[in-house]
Amino acid sequence: MGATLPEKSSEPAFYEQTWDLAYRHALGDTVGTFFAGLKEKRLLGRRCDACDRVLFPPRSFCDRCHEPTGEWVELETSATLEMFTIVTEPFPGMLVDPPYVLAYARPDGADTAAVSYVRGVDLSDVRGAAAELNGIDKVTIRFIDNPEGRATDIWFDAS
Amino acid sequence: MRNVGIIGIGQTDFVTRRTDVTYPELVREGADAALQDAQLSMADMEGVVIPLAPDALIGVGNGERWVVDTIGAAGKPFLRINTGGATGGTAVQAGYTHIASGMFDVVIVTGADRVSESASAQSVLNKMWDVAYERLFPLNTITMLALSAQRYNRMYGATEQDMARVTVKNRAHAARNPHAHLRDPITVDEVMDTRMLSWPLKLGDLCPSSTGAAAMVLASEDFIRRTGRDDAVWIRSVAQSTETFWQGDRVGPKATGDHADAAELERAIHTAYARAGISDPRSQVDVAEIYAPFSSVELHAIEAAGFADRGESFGLIEDGAFALGADGPIVNPSGGTLCTNPIAVTGLVRVAEAALQVSGKAGDRQVPDANVGLATAIGGDHQFYAATVVANHLEEIS
Repeated sequence: MGATLPEKSSEPAFYEQTWDLAYRHALGDTVGTFFAGLKEKRLLGRRCDACDRVLFPPRSFCDRCHEPTGEWVELETSATLEMFTIVTEPFPGMLVDPPYVLAYARPDGADTAAVSYVRGVDLSDVRGAAAELNGIDKVTIRFIDNPEGRATDIWFDAS
Repeated sequence: MRNVGIIGIGQTDFVTRRTDVTYPELVREGADAALQDAQLSMADMEGVVIPLAPDALIGVGNGERWVVDTIGAAGKPFLRINTGGATGGTAVQAGYTHIASGMFDVVIVTGADRVSESASAQSVLNKMWDVAYERLFPLNTITMLALSAQRYNRMYGATEQDMARVTVKNRAHAARNPHAHLRDPITVDEVMDTRMLSWPLKLGDLCPSSTGAAAMVLASEDFIRRTGRDDAVWIRSVAQSTETFWQGDRVGPKATGDHADAAELERAIHTAYARAGISDPRSQVDVAEIYAPFSSVELHAIEAAGFADRGESFGLIEDGAFALGADGPIVNPSGGTLCTNPIAVTGLVRVAEAALQVSGKAGDRQVPDANVGLATAIGGDHQFYAATVVANHLEEIS
């Protein structure tokens, strides 16, 4: 005969945990040079001589040709707005309060695009703002007042 | 390469939460169901493949270790597969290559997921992006696919209503599938009224966070003939392709594939077609279980499958194509990933559902006279693609 069962709550049992893990990622010389450029309010890309693409943000290798990229290229602040989304949902763990516009823009002279925020659009009506942004081809890449040498030093001005 | 067949399929009903079992116990439910379907036991399995996406999603480091004893894998070759959302599809392909190579005769692919256990899923997924250039921004699978949807819609003239019609179709299908998670029919207006998350994506365009298990027993043609399994479903081909890590490289005149489309999915699917002898998918493929977690993804995935030209899928959907009862390939008769997304096994369920269709065992969601099926999976930042063609015969596909 088996043991009698203990009195058990109708509530299921849970174990709750949080992962809080620390990392310090080395970013390498190429990123370091690009970030140093941002501190001087300059946009730098790297050219692949094999396929004649200018990679922005810059990478030390062209992942299409498997060749090291060559010279540094100074890029314009005029850029093509390639794609965007207007975020209205606060995602847990993401340190930005909605609404905001997240986008990829490709500077004139570059063949690839980088991500940042779009500013200069009234977001009080999301679908209205989306229609406005859908009609925009170009944005201007702006720097924050005191660049720190991080990807968030730049933003896209749609005004 | 040897012929490989599917001889056992198991899947639980998919729900938001299961509090009565642990993750390993849930995996066991799927394994037991597939083994029962194959009329075999774990002792018969020569190898085990387990699909499991990022550790942080289930909150267990190398969670595959946790299931070894529960499913009886000790003493056997054991392999975990992780290609993000494509994991389940890639795991089936790993099981396939085990057997096609001639080194194994019978293998089980078995897994589970319980996505709703973490409230931080999108934060976990954000960790996919580059630490220097992209991680500081709130990129996650929702914003990533919203960017793709905006670009597709602008390029081809699709609307939020066109996306909503995908949800309407798939929910109507899921209502016929007892395993599906979201089974309530919905209208275009109701989808349009759901909460905006990341324009143009709303809650009604998105898959749920699903809990459940699925498994599949694969065997060699030798084993299938020896044991007289006339109802085996044949894996006629598998193929994979990979897109660049950088979303920002998928735009502009020099991009090889556009973030609006799914160029590498197209390559994977068409490679699988060629290997299976399919040259005209619109007439030769009867049913497709296409991995599309969001409504917008199904539009370019249908085009990648060759069922519509680029930019034409949504017009065809509006005309009633791809829905149960329509002419031509039926897309996601199970309701698809949009109605059920247990991440680790979602790609496996796609193959399982395509196999059930071509074996005539798909119940109320059965596509009439289905002989040839396509199953796909997508993982990473729209980066890893898997395509599998199944059929109920080994003859030339007509």
